[in-house]
Amino acid sequence: MGAVLSLDGLLDQQRVWKGRPQARPLGLQPTGHAALDAALPGGGWPAGALTELLLAAEGCGELQLLWPSLARLTASGERVVLVAPPFIPYAPAWQAAGVDLRQLSLVQAAPAEVLWAAEQCLRSGSCGAVLCWPHKADDRALRRLQVAAESGQTLAFACRPQQAALNPSPAALRIAVDARPAQWRVLKCRGGLAPAAPIACPGRG
Amino acid sequence: MLWACILLPQLALDAVLRGRDDPDAPLVLLSGPAQRRVLQAVNPAAAALGLRAGQPLTTAQALAGHFTCVEHDPAAIEPLQQLLAAWAYRFSSQVSLHYPRVLLLEVESSLGLFGPWPAFEARLRAELRALGFRHRIVLASNPVAARMLANCHDGLALDSPEQTRAALEQLPIERVGLPAEAASAFARMGLRRLGQVMALPREALARRFAAAVQLHLDRLLGVRPMALAFYLPPDRFDARLELNFDVESHQALLFPLRRLINDLAAFLAGRDCGVQRFTLHLEHAEGPDTCVAVGLLAAERDPLMLFELARGRLEQLQLGAAVRNLRLLADDLPAFVPQHSELFDPRPQQNQPWEQLRERLRARLGDGAVRSLATEADHRPECAWRLDSASRPAPTLAAPRPGWLLAEPQALSGVGVTLLTGAERIESGWWDGGDVRRDYYRVQTPAGLYAWAYRNLGEDGPLWLQGWFA
Repeated sequence: MGAVLSLDGLLDQQRVWKGRPQARPLGLQPTGHAALDAALPGGGWPAGALTELLLAAEGCGELQLLWPSLARLTASGERVVLVAPPFIPYAPAWQAAGVDLRQLSLVQAAPAEVLWAAEQCLRSGSCGAVLCWPHKADDRALRRLQVAAESGQTLAFACRPQQAALNPSPAALRIAVDARPAQWRVLKCRGGLAPAAPIACPGRG
Repeated sequence: MLWACILLPQLALDAVLRGRDDPDAPLVLLSGPAQRRVLQAVNPAAAALGLRAGQPLTTAQALAGHFTCVEHDPAAIEPLQQLLAAWAYRFSSQVSLHYPRVLLLEVESSLGLFGPWPAFEARLRAELRALGFRHRIVLASNPVAARMLANCHDGLALDSPEQTRAALEQLPIERVGLPAEAASAFARMGLRRLGQVMALPREALARRFAAAVQLHLDRLLGVRPMALAFYLPPDRFDARLELNFDVESHQALLFPLRRLINDLAAFLAGRDCGVQRFTLHLEHAEGPDTCVAVGLLAAERDPLMLFELARGRLEQLQLGAAVRNLRLLADDLPAFVPQHSELFDPRPQQNQPWEQLRERLRARLGDGAVRSLATEADHRPECAWRLDSASRPAPTLAAPRPGWLLAEPQALSGVGVTLLTGAERIESGWWDGGDVRRDYYRVQTPAGLYAWAYRNLGEDGPLWLQGWFA
């Protein structure tokens, strides 16, 4: 251990756990859900990193989780790209949730091309958030997405079935979305201990 | 007026070399009848082997073993001259191809934009080098003098008639473009330099030589103007590259493709326009051409981007037969509007703008892969949204709508499904044939998902699932 490490660097990388500060600063990418923001170490989504949403079933509450962030991003002029969503995004509902449809783009891709398209969008750095629904994504594919999100400084979300929760993943944040009871469980979060207690979804159940 | 003369000393050889990806390998151009093949031109690598232009082929083969022979094709030069004129048109509105293998540009009016001349000249040289042409550049005060000085000089810049005259006086008499018999007559008279000829009395010269000689001397000095035909750029781009061998893989097509795209970009920059749609024709030895159409949503002219897109389309292609020639056709050349960008970019690390990303995605996934979403003023769920249009104000909604909509409604088995709300009736569309009369419910499935389901009015069947409140 000959090298001198600066304390600031270590703290910035969030590799040292500092205990819980009294007043938590608002994160760069708040989720829009106060209870979830409080539970996450960065005060929101990890910026420029991959977040994995592990769904009990397609349509079990992932949009409710994401809509506040997407509304905030589109309102500030950032582009949001959906890569191969499993259903049609129903425009009136998205608009009612506050998402600016002019900043929303839909990429229709064959299952084999989903990861490629998502990686291109992330790497370009021209999008605020990229949501993708990969099929049979393995560890290496997720790592590619994570690296692309880092190089493009873009929020990346990958929606996957909950069976994948058992496999290790390079994602910076993993949230399991349960349907019954309706709750979110943080399985892994970089830079802090994952909170043990599940967080109840507001307005469901 | 100041005239730049760009002399292309080995255009025929450059025409061949720029189509090959190994320009440093020994290569010679051949001409002459089959009984007596003669080397027309040699590249530096071949010259290092001792080969010289004018040698018979048999001598060359005795001197050196390995060199590539290419048939000299005079017809290949004309399209290149047109391309170079299109490229030069970017720098000057007066470009002339009056002399063969020579570009004449009026540059004094361009100096305000591209000048001063040393910087301008450096730019011309850099772009010519990138396009793969060897060249000599001379600047003089009139076009004929610039052309003749280019015979002996490279990089000369004379910006006044006096300097031009002084430089002309030093030229050897046989290099100034006089008719051959006049030049040899002067030489036999002991007049070796142009300055000695110009010192002769005008009347004596007029008596002894044809009128054309005096006319040429006057034009050299700029005393009498010369009418030049100026180049007018065509409205379409059509370039063809002969590969000379059968190509069966995409990889081997990329180099000639890059060359064609760079030519296209040079042409577009000269015309100050972009390209919206172009076609690549892959010509086979027999059978019809394979066409690859590349379409863009907005006009572009960046060679890297155009190449990337064309490459994306090309790689998807299954080559049925070997490719002989590659041809690029562009008819649709709209005006180019540069990308508007902010001085203080909110995303400094953005390395690829959205428009470029969109084209890249379309190139690989298909033209209809990237869509936008909009609302439509309709109460029927399947008609309340549409792709790729401007949003129309949606009717105010009494009840929440689901975020996901199923493409086709599915029957929902009734076991364990609980109705959470009362019916919301949607009854519309009797005027356009898509008549719906439905009662919508917000329901919860046994798995705990919230769904949007309906039952047709007057039917007693199962609920039809149409969306998820995700």
